[in-house]
Amino acid sequence: MNKLILGAAAAAVIALAQAVPDTALAQSKNSLTLGVTLEPPHLDPTAGAAAAIDEIVYANVFEGLTRIDQNGAVQPQLATEWSVSADGLVYTFKLRPNVRFHDGTALDASDVVFSLDRARGPDSVNAQKPLFAAIDKVEAPDPRTVRITLSRPEGSLLFNLGWGDAVIVGPESADTNKSKPVGSGPFKFDRWVKGDRIELSALDSGAALQKVTFRIIPDPSAQVAALKAGDIDAIPNLNAPEAVLAFQADANFVVAIGSTEGETILSTNNSKPPLNDVRVRRAIAHAIDRKAIIDGAMFGFGTPIGSHFAPHHPAYVDLTATYPYDPAKARALLKEAGAENLKLTLKLPPPIYARRGGEIVAAQLKDVGIDAEIIPVEWAQWLEQVFRGNDFDLTIVSHTEPQDIGIYARDKFYFNYDSPRMKATMKTLNETSDPAKRAQLLGTAQRIIAEDAVNGYLFQLAKLGVWRKGVKGLWRNSPVQANDVTGVRWE
Amino acid sequence: MDLSTRGPGHPYEIAAMSIGADETTAARPGRWVTVWRQPNFLLGAILTALLVVIAAVSLVWTPYAVDAIAVVDRLQSPSAAHWLGTDLFGRDVLSRLMVGARNSIVVGVVAVGIGLVFGVFLGAVAAARGGWIDEIIMRGSDVVFAFPAIISALLITALIGPGAVNAIIAIGIFNVPVFARVTRGAARQVWAFEYTRAGLAIGKGPFAVTRDHVLPNVASVLIVQATIAFAIAILAEATLAYLGLGTQPPAPSWGRMLFEAQTLMTIEPRLAIFPGVAIVLAVLGLNLLGDGLRDALDPRLRDWRAE
Repeated sequence: MNKLILGAAAAAVIALAQAVPDTALAQSKNSLTLGVTLEPPHLDPTAGAAAAIDEIVYANVFEGLTRIDQNGAVQPQLATEWSVSADGLVYTFKLRPNVRFHDGTALDASDVVFSLDRARGPDSVNAQKPLFAAIDKVEAPDPRTVRITLSRPEGSLLFNLGWGDAVIVGPESADTNKSKPVGSGPFKFDRWVKGDRIELSALDSGAALQKVTFRIIPDPSAQVAALKAGDIDAIPNLNAPEAVLAFQADANFVVAIGSTEGETILSTNNSKPPLNDVRVRRAIAHAIDRKAIIDGAMFGFGTPIGSHFAPHHPAYVDLTATYPYDPAKARALLKEAGAENLKLTLKLPPPIYARRGGEIVAAQLKDVGIDAEIIPVEWAQWLEQVFRGNDFDLTIVSHTEPQDIGIYARDKFYFNYDSPRMKATMKTLNETSDPAKRAQLLGTAQRIIAEDAVNGYLFQLAKLGVWRKGVKGLWRNSPVQANDVTGVRWE
Repeated sequence: MDLSTRGPGHPYEIAAMSIGADETTAARPGRWVTVWRQPNFLLGAILTALLVVIAAVSLVWTPYAVDAIAVVDRLQSPSAAHWLGTDLFGRDVLSRLMVGARNSIVVGVVAVGIGLVFGVFLGAVAAARGGWIDEIIMRGSDVVFAFPAIISALLITALIGPGAVNAIIAIGIFNVPVFARVTRGAARQVWAFEYTRAGLAIGKGPFAVTRDHVLPNVASVLIVQATIAFAIAILAEATLAYLGLGTQPPAPSWGRMLFEAQTLMTIEPRLAIFPGVAIVLAVLGLNLLGDGLRDALDPRLRDWRAE
């Protein structure tokens, strides 16, 4: 405890020494400074997979036809209402009237047609093109009406259109959004000081927040110091779970432990012998002690999962007991499969969940006779070697896209799982819009991949939010990659 | 190393010795006595010996298996069971420090060895041949030398990838020009004495003169340099490991232990303090030892200090 007091004292001294102007700003209570870990590569959410892009611009700068709220539910945004034809193939959206982009140009149905055609077109650089795969054509019968016709039923179309990758952009500004994003949201982009900060300001002079600044602070210790010093008002997601402990006892801060869409998995190359043998994969599943990983790597923050599905989702099925921690059984299965003294590689990208979790997983695998060689890699190498190059045995990664169990039905996805049963289930799911039936199908899908032990299912990544007391309206959970400040105010 | 044990002693050699120019024949025993009385040298020797002993013990015994993860025992304070406590994964800190010492010694020995073998060879050739060969070797080593140790190690690991072996190679490559320069400088001084000329005059080749007269006379300088380089190598390995470019997990290394402790500083500062102190003591010990050896082996410096 003394250490904490010392740390707080040191932080207070730093605060007095350097943060007087910032504190003064914070007291005016109409500005907000958020600390984010990663700097975005650019600011166009329709042209990149990086979560860091959406974490700045989603809902704040750019808007889509629909949006996802902090509970993961679909809400109207540019579209105020919509109707679906009886066969589920034609969606008709009514647009909000008098919407303008930040450059002054009008946003009407033709911009929606432009944006969606651009996102799904042959030259599209959209990172999530499968979101639009079911769309056959997009039309604008009048300036306030958009009609989307599907080639097959797509039960999650409204959710898909709420992703950051599906936001509506103007033809005048689409090409320059990377450096100067022009959207229709309540905040407009002011400036980007590379390596330091991105500033937004409110369009409505009566809004609760007039100025929002995102400070880029990669180092967790620096994040903690900046928050304690008052340089920043909130960190939506702390990079180091141990840093949370420094705030839990401090009455000046609110600690909000929420859930993310990040299924953290021991991803396994299913096409590489002997990992193509389900017995070997089941042995790995039995060798993994999830509690030790969550406690050891994440200070206990995280929910165990037994399949690739978020526990907060209504259709979640708890499958953590499918292959309970049982080293003896793991050894027996490996012996049965003739895969004793197995040597594998374990490639670990930079996040703490992977690097720390990987050390524990390697030790647990060693215990059952699998020698997993740890190879730390940077994200660029991970994308090149693991995601695109298929050059790996095992890796640890958090799949943060919402409701992404569909990746198990994709052809040639990086973990190379190929199951006709899973593909058929996902196909039926896509053609189903009845919520009860969809939940049932999602349950079946969870069970198929759990039984096949496609990957080692570790835990659902927690969202570790810390903010100054008085900040209201920041998201506790992150169902999509976003720091939506449109509902934030000081009290 | 003492020339008097080598061969019958040619008249010219004896003449050279008599003027006191041949370093290897100087009255060494007296110097050693003086040096052992210096507390700095003594401390350096003790710390270095401790490092070696701990590393040797770790080969046969550590309190716990070095990579035994026991998450339930994580972040324990020092106790009878774990003298220096446990780390984030419940591993015994003392065991990891012991094996880390071994790791540091291996890095030091091999990296200094690389520097010695290649550097001394290049430096001796440069001094013996002079002319354009000297120019090429020394300008080449200037280029390598222009980069600080850590920067060149970073460059090299960026090229050949991270890992303990590559870190050793990187540090070793940095040592090559260091030893080449030291060897050349000292060797050129020796070449200026008559006895080396005399060696040539009686028909010994440059290689034989280098072997018989030059190297024995520069050995003391090299020993001092090797001690300092050893300390730098330990520091460089710790830095590379801290940056994620050296020893890879789960193998223990002092630098990695520091890195792992970084974000835990506010809750468990001892995890950073213990490996930090280990690095300080090892580097301090080797530096004090090197200083003492220099005093013992380099008469000019000793005299200068005595004044």
